[in-house]
Amino acid sequence: MNVKEFPPLPTSSRERAFALFDALKKKDLIPDGFIEEMTDLVANQYDPSNGARIVARAWTDPAFYERLMSDSIAAVVEMGYIGAQGEYPVPVVDTPTVKNVIVCSLCSCTNWPVLGLAPEWYKSFEFRARLVREGREVLQELGTELPPDMNVQVWDTTAESRYFVLPMRPAGSEGMTEEELRKLVTKDVLIGVALPNVA
Amino acid sequence: MDGFHDLGGRQGFGTVEHTINTESYKPVFKEDWEHLGYSLLFLGVEHLKKFSVDEVRHAVERIEHRLQSATPYFERYVIATASLLVEHGVLTKQELNDALGAEFPLSSPARSKGRAAPQPNRPHFEVDDKVTVRDECVTGHIRVPAYCRGKTGVILHRTSAKWPFPDSIGHGHKDAVLQPTYHVQFTAQELWGSEADGGHVVVDLFESYLDKAEQETGVSDETGAPAANSQPQSVPA
Repeated sequence: MNVKEFPPLPTSSRERAFALFDALKKKDLIPDGFIEEMTDLVANQYDPSNGARIVARAWTDPAFYERLMSDSIAAVVEMGYIGAQGEYPVPVVDTPTVKNVIVCSLCSCTNWPVLGLAPEWYKSFEFRARLVREGREVLQELGTELPPDMNVQVWDTTAESRYFVLPMRPAGSEGMTEEELRKLVTKDVLIGVALPNVA
Repeated sequence: MDGFHDLGGRQGFGTVEHTINTESYKPVFKEDWEHLGYSLLFLGVEHLKKFSVDEVRHAVERIEHRLQSATPYFERYVIATASLLVEHGVLTKQELNDALGAEFPLSSPARSKGRAAPQPNRPHFEVDDKVTVRDECVTGHIRVPAYCRGKTGVILHRTSAKWPFPDSIGHGHKDAVLQPTYHVQFTAQELWGSEADGGHVVVDLFESYLDKAEQETGVSDETGAPAANSQPQSVPA
């Protein structure tokens, strides 16, 4: 049998990444601090705690919730979480019968300023291929069992809208402060694969 | 481009390696080279201003399939960025090979020059309109996942902002028209037939990817009148 094999590369991912860096550096095309600032922005400033603040406020401040529904860009600007890959933020609102979940089947598009960068599993071929077709099953495998009358609605991030899930406020959270509520809103809750739970 | 990257609905993949809320997402970059995938991409887009993010997506799509599936996520962006820097004359292949001391893998050349937006100045669609995704095969970059090609859905939202048509700007066209996009809601049954589980999929589609759905018998709401409720609860204006 004459099968074309992909030849094993003689170098590592790390060597190839730094080779590109070195080639650009040699031509003096990388300004001082550019890499460091970009990396700090996406790795530290963009964080799911930002999204948790938006959700906890929406749960506790009806006027803010209304602003978020009527003009989400202005509401997220007000919170200070507009940035690269998050310039048209769209909250998708869970109901007793609809569980919203976000994916980017074509690559990895994510609302960076609100959610932080996409985690590895979100960028995996498995999640990209399966969520749009077997949403309920994927959630179950990840550890989220939905009531039978609740259907999954998958949002495929295929253009410039950048979604985040606004989950229902869980039972048992009635007496919680906004700060306590934020802790219920994890990165997975904002992506939609998990429900907020009062432990 | 009907490439490997268009994974939505492909079968045969195993379980997603994750259990909810278990892993720390920090550090965001697990290895010391991973940040270069994004920071060098943005160097090309924002500082050198040589290409768009859309061209980066297309360059990832052009990575030979076996290499695409064999390289880690962030490396695909290293390869795409390197390829665009060579294609736009910033670096030569030789300079990359010299820096690596071996053959530097690059994306395959584009097989298409891209296209202008079909019917660029058509009237906007409205919320609640039924629309069908144009049944087009496009060799270049396109932001329509194949699973919704030719399928009919309902508009939940028209964006208040407009963006360059991806099939144009993804090939470096400076004259890409600006269009709104639409959140089009498909029933799982429309997409996956009898295997559907009762849910929905919402796809964010540029105006030129859509046509008004042909009137179906038995549907009485096609009066042409504006929808009564133009602001669905689930999405903002």
